[in-house]
Amino acid sequence: MISGMDGAPPRTGMSDWETLRGDLARQGYVATADLAMALHIAVVLGRPILLEGAAGVGKTEVARALAQARDTQLIRLQCYEGLDAAQAIYEWNYQRQLLAIRAAAEDGQTGRSVEQRIFSEEFLLERPLLRAIRQPVAPVLLIDEIDRADEEFEAYLLEVLSDFQITVPELGTIRAVTRPIVVLTANGTRDLSDALRRRCIYAHVDYPDRETELAILHARLPQIEDAFARQIVGFVQALRKEELEKTPGVAEMLDFAAALAGLGVNDLTGDPMRLQATLATLLKTQADRGQVPTEVAQRLAGKAA
Amino acid sequence: MSRVTRFAARDPGPASRLAGFMDHLRSHGFRLGVGETETALRALDAVGAVQPDAVRRALKAVCSGCAEDAARFDDLFDSFWRNGGRVRQKVMPERAAVPRHSRPSQAAEGQDSGSAGSPHAPEGGAGEAEAGGKGRLVASRVRNLMKTDLREVVSAQDIHQAEAVARRLGAAIRDRRSRRRRAARKGAMTDLRRTLRASLATGGEPLRLARRTRPDRPVRIVALCDVSGSMAVYARPFLAFLAGLMRADDAADAYLFHTRLVRITGALREDDPLRALHRITLLADGFGGGSRIGGALDDFARGQARRFVNGRTVVMILSDGYDSTTPEVIGGALARLKKRGCRVIWLNPLKGWTGYAPVAQAMAAALPHLDLFAAAATLADLAALDRELARI
Repeated sequence: MISGMDGAPPRTGMSDWETLRGDLARQGYVATADLAMALHIAVVLGRPILLEGAAGVGKTEVARALAQARDTQLIRLQCYEGLDAAQAIYEWNYQRQLLAIRAAAEDGQTGRSVEQRIFSEEFLLERPLLRAIRQPVAPVLLIDEIDRADEEFEAYLLEVLSDFQITVPELGTIRAVTRPIVVLTANGTRDLSDALRRRCIYAHVDYPDRETELAILHARLPQIEDAFARQIVGFVQALRKEELEKTPGVAEMLDFAAALAGLGVNDLTGDPMRLQATLATLLKTQADRGQVPTEVAQRLAGKAA
Repeated sequence: MSRVTRFAARDPGPASRLAGFMDHLRSHGFRLGVGETETALRALDAVGAVQPDAVRRALKAVCSGCAEDAARFDDLFDSFWRNGGRVRQKVMPERAAVPRHSRPSQAAEGQDSGSAGSPHAPEGGAGEAEAGGKGRLVASRVRNLMKTDLREVVSAQDIHQAEAVARRLGAAIRDRRSRRRRAARKGAMTDLRRTLRASLATGGEPLRLARRTRPDRPVRIVALCDVSGSMAVYARPFLAFLAGLMRADDAADAYLFHTRLVRITGALREDDPLRALHRITLLADGFGGGSRIGGALDDFARGQARRFVNGRTVVMILSDGYDSTTPEVIGGALARLKKRGCRVIWLNPLKGWTGYAPVAQAMAAALPHLDLFAAAATLADLAALDRELARI
């Protein structure tokens, strides 16, 4: 007990954030306590959550699992340099507008009525941000790799995230019907602005520890038997400690396990040739392949057993 | 239970204790405003905080803003809330900005918070130089305060020449094509939105095509010039270059460093070039003294760079790479700087020597982070760089 925090009456059973953690686990996502708590706070307070961590630790997967757990839609916006309003928010459907103008001209309609028609909802193409604020049920909005977008977009995003409204000059201001749960991910391509960080609830997602990773493997590939699963996880964890250019993530570990299972391997030390072949799922650069020749792989596998 | 900090009976309540905790975090370099305190209170309310671990996790999610914060948070939490049963007398700092309650754990990491907070921390700097020593001669605490009048070093003609050079270099790296498109009179793409709008006036016939183009975005130059003792010989062309750069380019930014980092942009913008040099002389006490490149770059990356450096910045470092700090510091500082998305150029006067290899440890540590590593010892060398600069 922390003194000063004794205002609320003690609650019985599982607390809310543990319930969320359980819900995520049922979707096959094993979240750490820190992450589950951060997600819970973000959902309850209606704040965006910023997930940061190396590539392949399952940041994007959090959003997917959260959407499934809450039984709602996942709307995804993949960021890249030069992402602009036309791809992120809305765009007019020009082809249809042109056709409509033509048709109207043949009917003898004039300026103002045509203008009102072609700049109406009917001709508006929704992009992820606009779509997310117009859902009847609050969706999960995943803004993936926000650090790849440039500073201008980040600034615009701040505005949307604080007001949850979008202005289309021809239509007026569109207010959010429901507040989406916003999940931002970043893996450190560049520094994000302090303003964006301050607006978000933050969670750092790290490579899972041995037990968590084992739980992930069991959740995703239940057909792999326990002893072999331990061996796989031990091997991957040992491999992460090697000096590699690209450290294998959780997704790579799952690929590796699936590849081994597909080849009918059930012991890492048993078949060096096949192990070496399946390493293609873990090591993604030439230099890294060179770092882990058969002897090293066997040594790691031997220790993992 | 005994680990929990006890609070004096007169303290006003949970909310102010939390405010005190926020202040505790702030004093350790967390960037938190009043808004975060409110969010933290609401978060605790929302999770029904009765478990210490739940409280810790909830506050961690709200208060930390980057991976470093998150990693340090647990220790800071323990040092405030679970301070071995000690009584915390004042939860709130009275009016002073510096909290005065005792923090035994902070003494050990005081250095850390000091250097993160203020870029001009000579005391912290001197301490660092000593702490990092591995059996080498340790420089004295006394900085070289002998004033060198820069007006004797650089003449007005130099600056005039340098201005031309700076303009040329500036033009070479100035613009970078934007990935965005903007309405323009001429351009490769049709702007359908405007075209359609205009076509309404002509009965739906798009007679006039509006265009879009990718605009050029200006690149800012930030120059950091080493004026330590070993660089004194090259001070003349480099300072002239800085002065010229400032006069040629309104957006550029300039810094000097020896044992400290000093921003000299304002001084160099002076109309009269000689007056400008005089002002710098006043700013740059310690000119020709020891060098602490790593520390200065680290201060820059943590301090000014957060405001002045972004993806459209070229950071130009003019230094010989002879450093008294450990090479890790310099590597770390440059890596941090690179994360802001800028390009980093290192101009080293020694590189022009035949047979020069970047064996100085600092230089070797810096190399992987550089976009361009080139020789420059005179104004003519600098002028000849424009081609290489255009390429990066």
